[in-house]
Amino acid sequence: MDSLPILSLMTYSPLVGALIILFWVNAPANAVRWIALIAASVSLVFSLIMLAMFDRSDSGMQLVETFRWLPDVGIEYYLGVDGISVPLVILTTMLVVIAILASWDAIQHRVREYMIVMLLLATGMIGVFVSLNLFLFYIFWEVVLIPMALMIGIWGSANRIYAAVKFFLYTLAGSLLMLVAIVATYQSYFEQTGERTLSVLQLSQGDYGTNFQMWVFLAFFFAFAIKIPLWPFHTWLPDAHVEAPTAGSVLLAGVLLKMGGYGLMRFNLPMFPDAAEAFAPLIIVLSVIAIIYGALVALVQTDLKKLIAYSSVSHMGFVTLGIFAFNAQGMYGAMIVMISHGLVTGALFLLVGVVYHRAHTRAIEKFGGLATNMPIYASFFGLFMFASLGLPGLSGFVGEFLAILAAFREYQLAGIISMAVVVLSAWYMMWMFQRVVWQRAPGEPPDHDDPELKLTGDEAPPKVAGGSGDHHHEDVDPRTLSDVNAKEILTLLPLAILTIWIGVHPGPFMELMQPALEALLEPFGGSGF
Amino acid sequence: MSSWLFLIPLLPLAAAVINFILGRWFLQHASQWLATLAVAGSFILSIPVFLEIVSDEQAISQHLYTWIPAGDFDIPVTLFVDQLTATMLLVVTGVGLLVHIYSIGYMHGDPGVYRFFSYLPLFVFSMLMLVMANNFLVLFVFWEAVGLCSFLLIGFWYRRRSAASAAKKAFIVNRVGDFGFGIGILLIFVTYGTIEYAGVFDMVGDASQTTITVIALLLFTGAIGKSAQLPLFVWLPDAMEGPTPVSALIHAATMVTAGIFVLARAYPIVSQSADAMMAISIVGAATAFVAATIAVTQYDIKKVVAYSTVSQLGFMAFAIGTGAWVAAIFHLVTHAFFKGLLFLGAGSVIHGMHEEQDMRKMGGLKKYMPVTYWTFLIGAAANAGIIPLAGFWSKDEIILGAWLYDHTIIMVVAFITAFFTSLYMFRAVFMTFHGEERFDPDKVHPHESPKVMTLPLVVLAVFAATIGFIGFPPEDGWFHHFLDPVFPGMPHPDVAWSTIIIFASISTVIALSGLFIQYMAYVKKSISPAGIAGLLGPLYKLAANRWYLDEIYDVLIVRPLVAFSMFLWRFVDTQVIDGTVNGVATLVMFTSQQWRKAQTGLIANYVFAIALGAIIIIGAFMIFGSNLFQ
Repeated sequence: MDSLPILSLMTYSPLVGALIILFWVNAPANAVRWIALIAASVSLVFSLIMLAMFDRSDSGMQLVETFRWLPDVGIEYYLGVDGISVPLVILTTMLVVIAILASWDAIQHRVREYMIVMLLLATGMIGVFVSLNLFLFYIFWEVVLIPMALMIGIWGSANRIYAAVKFFLYTLAGSLLMLVAIVATYQSYFEQTGERTLSVLQLSQGDYGTNFQMWVFLAFFFAFAIKIPLWPFHTWLPDAHVEAPTAGSVLLAGVLLKMGGYGLMRFNLPMFPDAAEAFAPLIIVLSVIAIIYGALVALVQTDLKKLIAYSSVSHMGFVTLGIFAFNAQGMYGAMIVMISHGLVTGALFLLVGVVYHRAHTRAIEKFGGLATNMPIYASFFGLFMFASLGLPGLSGFVGEFLAILAAFREYQLAGIISMAVVVLSAWYMMWMFQRVVWQRAPGEPPDHDDPELKLTGDEAPPKVAGGSGDHHHEDVDPRTLSDVNAKEILTLLPLAILTIWIGVHPGPFMELMQPALEALLEPFGGSGF
Repeated sequence: MSSWLFLIPLLPLAAAVINFILGRWFLQHASQWLATLAVAGSFILSIPVFLEIVSDEQAISQHLYTWIPAGDFDIPVTLFVDQLTATMLLVVTGVGLLVHIYSIGYMHGDPGVYRFFSYLPLFVFSMLMLVMANNFLVLFVFWEAVGLCSFLLIGFWYRRRSAASAAKKAFIVNRVGDFGFGIGILLIFVTYGTIEYAGVFDMVGDASQTTITVIALLLFTGAIGKSAQLPLFVWLPDAMEGPTPVSALIHAATMVTAGIFVLARAYPIVSQSADAMMAISIVGAATAFVAATIAVTQYDIKKVVAYSTVSQLGFMAFAIGTGAWVAAIFHLVTHAFFKGLLFLGAGSVIHGMHEEQDMRKMGGLKKYMPVTYWTFLIGAAANAGIIPLAGFWSKDEIILGAWLYDHTIIMVVAFITAFFTSLYMFRAVFMTFHGEERFDPDKVHPHESPKVMTLPLVVLAVFAATIGFIGFPPEDGWFHHFLDPVFPGMPHPDVAWSTIIIFASISTVIALSGLFIQYMAYVKKSISPAGIAGLLGPLYKLAANRWYLDEIYDVLIVRPLVAFSMFLWRFVDTQVIDGTVNGVATLVMFTSQQWRKAQTGLIANYVFAIALGAIIIIGAFMIFGSNLFQ
């Protein structure tokens, strides 16, 4: 099986698609869409083959591909996957296919360029999760940055340039620090052993002084914390999400944020375990702040996408909370939160995209009563709302409960405070659901059997439902919106199935990660296994 | 027998899923038969399970699969049936079946009927799994799942703002309790290393007394939410926005008793902490009293029954707090029947009155709906504790328990509450069915409900009248011996017949005096309720306004939290954090702007600068680099 470079095939099939589109100058828009879809699907198929070939009992790197590149300076082409990267890779390949489907009708302007950017982004994201050489990793990391900034800046909504620049500069600042840290680690390892390498596995064997660890840990951490994003490095996220096109938001929430959590697990923990333990209490505090702060700010949002963006800050807080508790439940929790958040938040952005595409607004007050004319839409919305607010039996609960348990074992108070999110998440999600999916369209009078009609005097509410009453004529009446079509169902259904599957029977997913997580925890005592 | 235990919850689940997916386009009204048959199947399967438990006195279980294998946190899904669960199985499937049958009539013609008959069996499934769990986490899963069903069914008529708000409120308020419940589960795991009942209960004593008390109180926090105790009961009256059969099944007979069930299930923990028991008894008694006072002042027939439910749940809670464990479960069972009956009866009245719920617009309905009247009367009398109906035996035993276990103050509160119970129950009966007709006979034509609705009423009425005898004689009935293995080590006080008769007499006098007062007030009109209300002044206002709990929450919690969130967003996020980020950008921009001024584009300036630079460099070299000045 060594002969088939499955990881490379998976990583570059989107790139091949991008090149085809690039050189077929006069390609009709539909051909471009199909090429992109096929390229992404091929990548998805390869990732599933990877899963089939993956040995679940092995904790080491598998399906490894190495190629000597610049051996004198330790740069080599080095790919491999373990139980931590496999689920994230499949999440990525799947979400890319979904993102392309979601852009099918939504993007009508510069379709060629859009799909090229999308496919480049796909290659970059997959590459990040499979690279084991820091040089290669850094290249892929930066490859992700540029297409995403372009996607926001070109295909975004009104304030897109500000958001794109903010996103770019924020993450670039983190990247540069990481670059410095990579060079420093490389140099330190060279001084210790006389060997020049940028292989993560080898660098993790190094013995770095405590002081050195602290600084380099922080540099890496800063880059990843911005990506996650951990409070207080999160303010790029709401702007980026609000301005990005639907597919951009899906990939941003579904994949890009996970690169932060993945980076912490792949680099910070194995390379700088002492620093990780020293900084753990501080990071736990930031995580707990993120969890509560994100939920509170989500509560008062008036824009659907901003609400989900702030809820992301809250959910992703569980990733760092779990990782830095350094026990089995925390690692499982962090991984499952990452996967679950990718599925659920991705789906929520798709759902916002559905109504945005039809009504050209994301303001909560412009909607109401969607369940009446969009019953399938309402069912999906309800499902993902409950997954997001951590209803047991759906994926969100498994991850977040494990992360809270992990924190509670090490820092009781952190566990208790973060448990408060069960109230807040229900509050902000349901309040939104009530106003958007339930009740009635703005300005629509109560039905004839509504008990509201019987109320008199002070009890009686204004005779129109929902909203502030300033209903403009140019607004699209939510009553006229059509239900999700077959293509939209196709994008939502796989996410729904996985959300339920992970919630009801997370065993297979957890077994896949177990050896890698156990190995990851070894330097920290490996408690909880 | 245990090999097909899984069918009991699976049947309603299957019906729920099929109805949800196929209901709108294919099944429509056929969904009601599928759901009803599924629940009937569960009920029929529950009977042999119950009988096996009765005969063998051995708990049975069936392992299904491992849910979360996270290292040493390894959570199985295992069905577990002992005496307590077997009792709940019959109550849930039995009342569930009757409510399903009733709903066929009640929901007839509603365009969302398939949704209704998807959510309702989903609830039955969740409730069955809740009582059949063998560990605290799976219990919690279905504890939340019944909350989900409650949310969906309260908000069934989602186009109504009031229904949508009530559904949201119910879920969020329940989650406040779940916050504590969740931490309780964490603490159990951290303390005992497992969350399976059997393992935890074997090791209870290994933990410190403080830990045991904290765990018991945290579990009770969950019960405060789910079983609508003070201070979280505010969601339950609002939950009446849901269709009435939902109120009967979920918000009276089954789901709201889950909190009581959990406390009974955790008997080995809770009973070890005298402090926790004390707290439970105080909260329970206060809830019983407060809710009963509110019930007397309500005009909405469903609200009366709803506050009555809160009050009766308070009885169950303080029964547990005082140590009358069996009495609490006994009351749970009798209450399921008579309160389910009262709700379905209220639903029948509302149905017959064209969706009118205000008792001030009823009166004299006895002659229009005789079956509803007689069954409602039996339910009301059972609730008020009229001998020999079901509620009498269980409530009397709770009060007797308070006395037996030396909780005299609680006993007095209970007697006072029993008086209020009789007051609000017979007020509802007389206002609705007796006296003059206060509706507009041109617009409203009261009629008896169809057979499919009255049949469940009759069945429930038979049980509400007779089920009490499973607990006869008090403290020594069949039910007490049956539940004995669930509460090991519980004291069995010998109660003299004279004591029993004295308590029964006091209860009866209290119940009858309530009946008499309301008869005088609403039938004979010789007492003016308005006059009494005026006499009580602020006290009446307090009760009529539900002790201002909603207003207090709004002012103390909701508004400050929203304001704080606004502050976080508008100030901390936008000003402080983003301000810093943008500030850095502005600083860079500003500095660049200053440097930019050097680029004048005039050759002369550049030549001057070059010359100046050359002089400085050469000068510096001469000063520091050479020995010219040394």
